[in-house]
Amino acid sequence: MVTTTDRKLSFREEVENLLHAEEGASLVRCIQCATCSAVCPAVEFMDHTPRQLIGLINAGMKDEVMSSNTFWTCASCYACTEKCPEGIRPADVMYALTRYSLWNDTFNRDWVAPDFTRRFTRTILRTGKSYEPGYAPAFIFEGGFGGIVSEMQMALKLLAKGRIPLIPARIKRIHNLRAMVARVLPLDGIE
Amino acid sequence: MTRYAYYPGCSLETMAATYHVSSMEVAHKLGIELEEMEDWNCCGATAYSHVDELLATVLCARNLAIAEKQGLDIVAPCNACFKNLRTINAALQQDPDLAEHMNFALEADELHYGGRVKVNHIMDVFVADSALETIRRKANDRIKGLRVAPYYGCQIVRPRRPGLALSEIDDPQYFEDLLSAAGAEPVPYPYKLRCCGAALMVTNRRAAAQMVHDLLQSAVDAGAEIIATACPLCQTNLECYQADVNRLRGTDFAMPIVYFTQLLGLALGVGVKRLGLGKELISAKSVLSRRAVASPSG
Repeated sequence: MVTTTDRKLSFREEVENLLHAEEGASLVRCIQCATCSAVCPAVEFMDHTPRQLIGLINAGMKDEVMSSNTFWTCASCYACTEKCPEGIRPADVMYALTRYSLWNDTFNRDWVAPDFTRRFTRTILRTGKSYEPGYAPAFIFEGGFGGIVSEMQMALKLLAKGRIPLIPARIKRIHNLRAMVARVLPLDGIE
Repeated sequence: MTRYAYYPGCSLETMAATYHVSSMEVAHKLGIELEEMEDWNCCGATAYSHVDELLATVLCARNLAIAEKQGLDIVAPCNACFKNLRTINAALQQDPDLAEHMNFALEADELHYGGRVKVNHIMDVFVADSALETIRRKANDRIKGLRVAPYYGCQIVRPRRPGLALSEIDDPQYFEDLLSAAGAEPVPYPYKLRCCGAALMVTNRRAAAQMVHDLLQSAVDAGAEIIATACPLCQTNLECYQADVNRLRGTDFAMPIVYFTQLLGLALGVGVKRLGLGKELISAKSVLSRRAVASPSG
């Protein structure tokens, strides 16, 4: 007999377990009212609306959820989180799914966001600071020829205005910072 | 004199250096001392949380511990830094197990966090009663009547701070109050809390371009001459990608986007150069000088 302690977790439970430090209500509370979808400024660029995604999670449709671009299209504006009448925090659910997809390596290789996220994290673990000009060039070809020209023009103007430093900053105690991170999680997993 | 531990955040050392200098000038005029935190590190923006929640937590915990060692509350000018430091601070204050775990990590940098720091956005400090009163009293007519669209952005108000009513989230007025105190005319427009697209500008250009387009259109429709921001990412998206939006959408926006501290600085008599004005890609000069000519005291 399968007991509650050794039964396999449902997909919803797996996702909720990734929300350990958050305060949101359980996804089972979702009443499919679509308030989250209505207030989302990026919804039309998502494969599934936030409401649909939560419905799919509750239905255990893991493959469909994990192949959706929805959680990588969230801009973390928290409009949904403010408005959910049931106290669910959809923006935090999106974060949970990005983590799940990075850990399990399930993301679509054509997407820019996972690669961007990894570059960003690596930069910070090397220097302790973010360096914006270091990210954009890697993705410049996404915009086609017009996009490249536009991006170059902007970069030149910013350089002329002295707004782009050529050398990335670095904190003094970067070795201590890395040692701190290593006390919490394995560095080789994220670098 | 009020003192704070100043957490500039990475953008204020690069793209948003003008936000840094103008914040310093305004603070000085208001008798507020901003003491930059020693060896602060990146707050993680949104990327850490995408990768690992504990990574996001440990890196913010280091900054909180540094401020606590300084014995001061934090002031952060960037919306994303503010939100990360604030929410992680709350988590550490409420969860002793998490705090213990983080303090174990902090030992590697000879730091400890006891949960005694308060995190403020720089605008909080400038709208505090005494500061607002000082601005009202000292403001010249340099930006008098300037039609400014106050752009709050997202993470300055969301997720909601404990104790705030829904109305304060739906339609906050403190940015407008600040602009009014400085003599400007804040323009009401529906998108003042709508997202600028944030990092989607890199990862999903089409989505972010539409979001920026809608925002600019909303401000233009409301008759704004200039948009004031309180976040370096909002500023970058609205300004640096305005040309891209025009290219992709066939529009002809030429809306100057400045930091609210630059406008406050002008009203408090700080010189244009000292506020970093002139470094913007879409010049604010004509909008601001029209005002100078129109106003009797220049």
